[in-house]
Amino acid sequence: MMRFTLKSRFAAIALSAGLCSTFSSSAARKLDFNSDIRPLLSDRCFACHGPDAKKVKGNLRLDQPESATKAAKSGKIAVVSGHPSDSELVRRILSSDPEELMPPPETHKPLTAADKEVLKRWIQEGGQYQGHWAYTPPVKASGVPSAQAIDHLVRVRLSEQGLAPAPPADRRTLIRRVSFDLVGLPPTPAEITAFEGDTSQDAYQHLVDRLLASPHFGERMAIGWLDVVRFADTIGYHSDNPRNIWPYRDYVIRSFNQNKPFDQFTREQIAGDLLPNPSLDQRVASAFNRLLLTTEEGGAQSKDYEARYLTDRVRAIGAVWLGQTIGCAQCHDHKFDPFTSRDFYSMGAFFADVKETIIGRREDGLLVPNEAQAPELDRVQRLAMAAQADYDGTHEELNPAFQRWVDTQKTLFANEQRWTRIAPAAAEAVSGTELKVNDDGSIVARGKNPEQETYRLRFTNRFDSLAGFRVEALPDDSLPSHGPGRGTQGRFIVSGVSVLVGKPGEAKRSVPLKSAHATFEESVPLPDGARGSWSANSIVNKGQQSPTSGWAVVSAAGKPQQLVFELDEALSVPAGEEVVIELSQQFGKAGDNLGRFRFSTSADRAAASSVPTPLPPGEVADILKSEGDITAKLRSQFKQRAEEFAPWRQRLEAANKAKNEFEVTVPRCLVTERSGEPRPVRILPRGNFLVETGELVSPALPAFLARQSDRLPGKSPDRLDLANWLVSRENPLTARVTMNRLWKQFFGTGLSKVLDDLGSQGEPPRNQPLLDWLACEFMDSGWDLKHMVRLIVLSNTYQQSSSVPRESLTRDPENRELARQGRWRLDAELVRDNALSIAGLISPEIGGPSVRPYQPDGYWENLNFPQRGYDASPGSAQYRRGLYTWWQRSFLHPSLVAFDAPSREECAADRNRSNIPQQALVLLNDPTYVEAARAFATRILRESQGSPEERLRWAWSQAVGRIPSDQEVLALRSLLEKHLAEFGADHAAAEKYVKTGLSSLPADLDAAVLAAWTDVARALLNLHETITRS
Amino acid sequence: MSASPEFSQYLAQRQTRRVFLGRTSQGLGALALASLLRPESLNAAPPSGDRWPGAVRQFHFPPKAKRVIWMTMAGGPSHLETWDYKPKLVEMHGKPMPESFTKGKQIAQLQGQKLTCFGPRFKFQRFGNSGVELCELFPHIGSVADEICWVRSMTTEAINHDPAHMFMNTGSQIAGRPSMGSWTVYGLGSEATNLPGFVVLTSLGRGGQNQPIAARQWASGFLPSRFQGVHLRGKGDPVLYLGTPAGVTRAQQLDVVQTINRLNAQRDSVVDDPEIATRIAQYEMAFQMQASVPELMDLSNEPASILDLYGCKPGDGSFASNALLARRLAERGVRFIQLYHKDWDHHGGIKEGIEFKAQEVDRACMALISDLKQRGMLKDTLVVWAGEFGRTPMSQGDGRDHHNAGFSVWLCGGGIRPGTVYGATDELGYSAVENPIDVHDLHASMLRLLGIDHTQLTVKFQGIDARLTGIAGNPIKEILT
Repeated sequence: MMRFTLKSRFAAIALSAGLCSTFSSSAARKLDFNSDIRPLLSDRCFACHGPDAKKVKGNLRLDQPESATKAAKSGKIAVVSGHPSDSELVRRILSSDPEELMPPPETHKPLTAADKEVLKRWIQEGGQYQGHWAYTPPVKASGVPSAQAIDHLVRVRLSEQGLAPAPPADRRTLIRRVSFDLVGLPPTPAEITAFEGDTSQDAYQHLVDRLLASPHFGERMAIGWLDVVRFADTIGYHSDNPRNIWPYRDYVIRSFNQNKPFDQFTREQIAGDLLPNPSLDQRVASAFNRLLLTTEEGGAQSKDYEARYLTDRVRAIGAVWLGQTIGCAQCHDHKFDPFTSRDFYSMGAFFADVKETIIGRREDGLLVPNEAQAPELDRVQRLAMAAQADYDGTHEELNPAFQRWVDTQKTLFANEQRWTRIAPAAAEAVSGTELKVNDDGSIVARGKNPEQETYRLRFTNRFDSLAGFRVEALPDDSLPSHGPGRGTQGRFIVSGVSVLVGKPGEAKRSVPLKSAHATFEESVPLPDGARGSWSANSIVNKGQQSPTSGWAVVSAAGKPQQLVFELDEALSVPAGEEVVIELSQQFGKAGDNLGRFRFSTSADRAAASSVPTPLPPGEVADILKSEGDITAKLRSQFKQRAEEFAPWRQRLEAANKAKNEFEVTVPRCLVTERSGEPRPVRILPRGNFLVETGELVSPALPAFLARQSDRLPGKSPDRLDLANWLVSRENPLTARVTMNRLWKQFFGTGLSKVLDDLGSQGEPPRNQPLLDWLACEFMDSGWDLKHMVRLIVLSNTYQQSSSVPRESLTRDPENRELARQGRWRLDAELVRDNALSIAGLISPEIGGPSVRPYQPDGYWENLNFPQRGYDASPGSAQYRRGLYTWWQRSFLHPSLVAFDAPSREECAADRNRSNIPQQALVLLNDPTYVEAARAFATRILRESQGSPEERLRWAWSQAVGRIPSDQEVLALRSLLEKHLAEFGADHAAAEKYVKTGLSSLPADLDAAVLAAWTDVARALLNLHETITRS
Repeated sequence: MSASPEFSQYLAQRQTRRVFLGRTSQGLGALALASLLRPESLNAAPPSGDRWPGAVRQFHFPPKAKRVIWMTMAGGPSHLETWDYKPKLVEMHGKPMPESFTKGKQIAQLQGQKLTCFGPRFKFQRFGNSGVELCELFPHIGSVADEICWVRSMTTEAINHDPAHMFMNTGSQIAGRPSMGSWTVYGLGSEATNLPGFVVLTSLGRGGQNQPIAARQWASGFLPSRFQGVHLRGKGDPVLYLGTPAGVTRAQQLDVVQTINRLNAQRDSVVDDPEIATRIAQYEMAFQMQASVPELMDLSNEPASILDLYGCKPGDGSFASNALLARRLAERGVRFIQLYHKDWDHHGGIKEGIEFKAQEVDRACMALISDLKQRGMLKDTLVVWAGEFGRTPMSQGDGRDHHNAGFSVWLCGGGIRPGTVYGATDELGYSAVENPIDVHDLHASMLRLLGIDHTQLTVKFQGIDARLTGIAGNPIKEILT
C-alpha cells in the first residue's frame, strides 16, 4: 500500500487552500495538463511529492511522469493512464478515511469536489504530462503577420470566451493614455487639439513615433526597470548611508532612448566589465551587480553578509530575467520548481568575483565625467601622470646631494644610538593633571590643566653609569595646535628639573645636575610681555628656580623638541632603589605645561653635554637599522624629504592637487571590478552561514534549464557566459518574462498575472499563444524593445475604449481577456510629474544627481550614523520628475510611499496599486502639490480669458484633457465664489497660503484672488480623473 | 499586486455592493460629508464604506485579545540587568568565559576577542506574590509583577540591529515581508473608525545610543499598502501631511474636499469605476483624520492623576507620553500599537545606560498596565515588552555586546497567564536551555491570542503561501490562559 500516513510531517509545511478553481469552462474540451492539472498538483501535492528531493514522501514524485506512473514505495501506482479506478491518486483523494485522505487534512489544502473530478477526468483522458509551459521554448503562432498578430491572438481567445472587443477609445482619451504610457507625461492641450484635428490615416502612428523618439520615453521605461533591479541611492541596511550610483540610472534611461537591444542591455549590466575593451557606459552598466543592500553596521560578520549578498544577487537574476522565485533554494531544493540548492549556490558563484568590501563603506567608484568634463579630466590626469613619471625618474644629477643627505642621516642615526628610551613605572602630577603613559613610553597630560604644575615620574629601571637624561617634547593631536605644550598654541615652559634617587617610600637624595642644552631656545620676549631668562641651562640653577626662567618653547608650536641635561657625576642606581624626576612648571599664567613628552638616558657624556641633534625620521631610522641593499629605500626617502628634491615634489603635489580638485567635481559610480581571487562558495545547509562544511561549488547554469550545449566545456563560466545564456534563444524564460512585464505597462496586468513567478506556482498565462508570440517576435527582432512597444500600442486591442457597459465589467472585472482597455491610477512618480506639468513647473532636464523634493521636517529622525538633515533642492532641481527623487531605502520620500513606490530593498517586478487616505493627504497638503496648485492658478489667471466659467473650462481641459460638463463647472464655480469672498475678507490668510513653496510669487496678482483660484486648482489636481490613466 | 484572494474578493464584493445599491454615489460623498464638521460625529459612524472586515472571517480559536500594544525596546536590552538574575555570573565576574558556553555561536563585535564574564551591574530583588526576581531598578514594574509573564528563554536568528529588527517584526531577514502589525490588521481589520488600524510611535533615550530604525519595520510588504503602520510623530504633523496648508481654514479645506468628492461622484456616474467610490471614502477618512488625530494626540484633557501615574507632560515626546497615547489608541479601537523606545544599545557604560532606561520606562510600563486594568481593558489587550535581541554575559569594556542565544521578553494582558516565569537561560545567562522559544513562537502565540491559527493566516507570495511565521512557529501554550 502507498505510505501516505506520516501526517505530522506534512503539517510542517504551511500550505493552505487558496487557488480559486478555474475549471468551470473546461468541461467541454480535453483537459490541458499545464493549465488545468499542474496548478492543482503544484499547490496541493508538490510540497511532499515534488522537486524537493529531501522532502519526497513514499518515493513518489507527481511532478515527473516517470515517477507518477510507476510503482511507488508502497507498490501502488499513482497514475494509471486511462484507468482512474486503478490509480492510487484517485483512491486517496476520494478516501473518507482521514488517515488516508490526500492532501492530509492538516495541510489545510483540501481539494474541492470539482478539483477531484478534474484530476479523475485527466487520468481518464490518458493522464498525459506536459513540460511546464514556461520551461518549454516558446513557439510562434504561424501565418500571422506581425502587425496584426496581437489583435488576431486576442480575438481568437475572445471568441472562445464569447466576448467581443470594445469600440476604439475617443481621441482625447487615446492621446492621454499613450502619452502617459510612453513618456509618463500628459499631452498638452495643444497636442490634444492637433491630434483631434488630424484626420489623416496615420495620425496615430505619427503620434506614437513622436513619443517613441522623445527623450522622456527612456525615463518612462526606466521606472519599472529601476524597481525590478532595486536601484536606490542608499545602501539599505542600518545606517542606510548614501552611495554613488545615479550614473547607472542615467545609463538605463539612455539605453531605452537609444533602443539598445535587450540582449546587449543584459550583457552590459551583468558583465559590462568583462566585455572586450569596455566603454565607460558599459562599465557604468555593471553597477547592476552593486545595487544590492549592503551594511556598515559594527559587529556584522563577513560570512553572514557574504551569504546575504550572494543570495540577494541570485534572487535578482531570478526576478529580473528568469521570472523565478528561486530564493527558497537558499535553504532547500525548490518545492515546486526543479531549482535545486546546488543550482542556487552555483549561480551565486558567478558573482564571487565581484570586488567589494563586505562590511563597511562602499568605495567612491569609477569617475564618470560628462561630455564637458571628459577633456579636462583627461588633461589633469595626464599632467599628474607626467609629474609622477618625472618624480620617479633616476635624477642622477642629484647623486652628490643624495650622498650628502645619506651621510647626514647616518650621523643623526649614530647620535640617536647613544640614547636609550625609558618609560616611567608611575606618572603623577602634584596639582591634579592626569598623566597617561602610552605604549611608546611617552607621557600624555589630560584633564585638568592647572596654572602651575609639577610632574613626578618614577623610574624603577636599573641604571648604570648614566651621564645624563633627555626629555623629548612631542606633538600630539589631543593638544592645542598639536602641542607639544598645553598652553595657547601648544606652548610650554619648564621651570626646573630635579633628579632624586632612593628607596621607594623613603626620603630621596638629590642628584646634582651640571648643564642643560636644547634644540630650541626662546630668543624673543614672550608674547604676553613676560621677561625672563629662557635658556635651557636655567633649569639647572641648583634649586633656585624662578617663574621667570626655564626652558620655554613658545614660538615653535607643533614640532618636536629635545632637552638634554648632564649629571655632575656618573649615576648608577642599584636594585631596590628608584629614580624620581620632577619637572616643575611655575610660570603660572596660562597652564603652559608640557603636553606630551618622553625620557631617554645616555651613558655618553658627549651626548649629554651638547646641543642635541634632531632625531632622524622614524622611517629613515628603520631603513638604516635594516639589512641588505637599502639604497632604493633611502632614495625614496630622499625624494620625500630632502630640500634638494623639493622642486619635483612640489610639482607632483601641485599636479595631484589639481587632479584631485577636479575629480571631486566629477560624478562617480560604483561599478563591477573583478577581484583577483573569487570568494569560495559553498552550499550552505539550510542557508546557515555558520556551517562551513557544505560542498564547494563553481559557477554553473541551472541544470534543469541549461542544455548540455550551453554548458561551455573546458572553461569555468563567468558572468558574461551567464548573461549570454540568459539572452540566448535556448533560454525559454527571459523573453517571456520581459514581455509579460512590458504588457503590464500597457494593459495594467501581465498576461500571466504573477510577474515575478512564471514557475509552477505562478499563473499560466491567460493567453499563452499571445505571450509566446510576443516572446518570439522580441527575439526575432533582435531584442528590439521599441519595436515591441510600437506593435503593442498600435494594436487595436490597445486602442480600445476602457469605458464599457457594466455587464462586461462584471463578466471580467480584472480585464484579463482584453475585451477593453484598463483604467488605473498613475504610478507614484507620474502623479507628481502630471501635477508639475499641469502647473507648468516641471523641469524637462534628463538625468543627473538625485534631487530632494520638499519633505516634512524630522522625517529622517530615526536615521543614525550619522544623523541626517534634509535640505530641499533649490531652483529648477525642485521641479524634476519623480524618478529623480533621492531614493532613501529605509525612509523613502513619503509622497512616493503613499502612492506605492517600492523601497527597492528587494527586486520589485510589480507594484501595489492602492487607494488609501494618505494619498488624499499628500495631494491636499504636501507643499509640492499646494505649490503646484498655486502655480496652476497663476497660469489660469494669466493664460486664460473671459468669464470665470470660461476660465474654469480652460483650467479643466488643462488638468484632465477634456471639456467639462456644465455641472462640473458649476461645482467649481461655487467653490471659487465662496473662497473669493472669504480670502477677500482675510487677506493675511490669503497671503500666507500663496507663499507655499520656493517658486517666485506673481507680483501682479491679488493674493486673495490667487488664493481662491489656488483652491480651485487644488480641487482639479486632486480629481480621481486627473491621476487616472484610462 | 493584491496577491490575496481574500482581498481580491473584498474588492469584488465592494463593487457588487454598489451594483445592488444602484448608482447612488452622486449623493453619497456629499451626504456623509455634511456631518464631518460636527465634532461629536468624530467617534461615531465610519466613513461611508471602505471598511476592510479582515481576512479571517471566522476565528480559528476563541480570541482572548482584541488588540496588541507591542513595546519594542530598540537596541537590545540586557536581560542580565533587567529580568534574568544570574548569581553564578556575579561569582564569575572577571573570569574567562568558559568556551563550552560560546563555541560555535554567533558573536558580533567581540569576534576574536578574549571573552570575560561580566557580573550584573545591579542587585535583584523579589517582587509580587510570585516572588519573581527582578532588577532593583524596576520597582514600578515589580509592583505589577503579578500581572506579567516573564519569558527568559527567548532566542532570535540575527545578531545585528537591522536584520534583527526585520526578523522580530516580519519573521524574515529578507526585506519586503509584511510586519506583524500589518498581518494583524490584514487578518482582523480594525475597529478604529477614523484612525489607521496599525499605529507606530517612537521615542528617543537620553543615553545617546539611539540606533537607527527603518520604516520597513512597520511596512506592509507584499500586503496592500492600506495595512502599513502609520507613524504618529511627536513633532510636526503627527501624521505626515495631516496639516491643512497655511492660511486655509478647516471649513475651507472641507469645501475643497467636498468639491473633489462631488466632482468624483459625478464622474463615477459617467464612467462607473469602483475605484472612485473608494477614492471618495479615502478623502472622507483623510478629512476626518485631520481632526481625530490632533484630538488623539492632545493629552491636555487627561486628568492630572493620569499624567502623574505615567509621569509625563503633554507634548514631551517621552516614552511615558507614548504609553499614554497607546492607551488612548487602544480605547479608540486601533488594532496594533507599536511603541519604539530607543537607546538600549549598551556596548559601553551599561550601568549608567540602564539607569537612564529604567527612569524612562519603569513607571510608564506600570502605568500603562494599571491604567488598562482600571479601565477593564487589560483583559483583552495583549502587551508585549521585547527588544530585537539581548546582550552578552561577557564584558565589552564596561558594557555588553549583542546577543541572540538567550534573552528575556515579557507579556501581559489578554490571555496571558499572569505572574509566571517561562523558560530559563543557562547559569551564566548565555543560552536559552529550558523551553527555548524563538521569534516565530512569539508571533504564533500572539496570533493565537487574537484568535488566529498562524498556519492559516497566509497570502500567496512568490509561489508560496507566505505567513508571518515562515515555515515554523508554535504557540507557547504554557503561557496562555
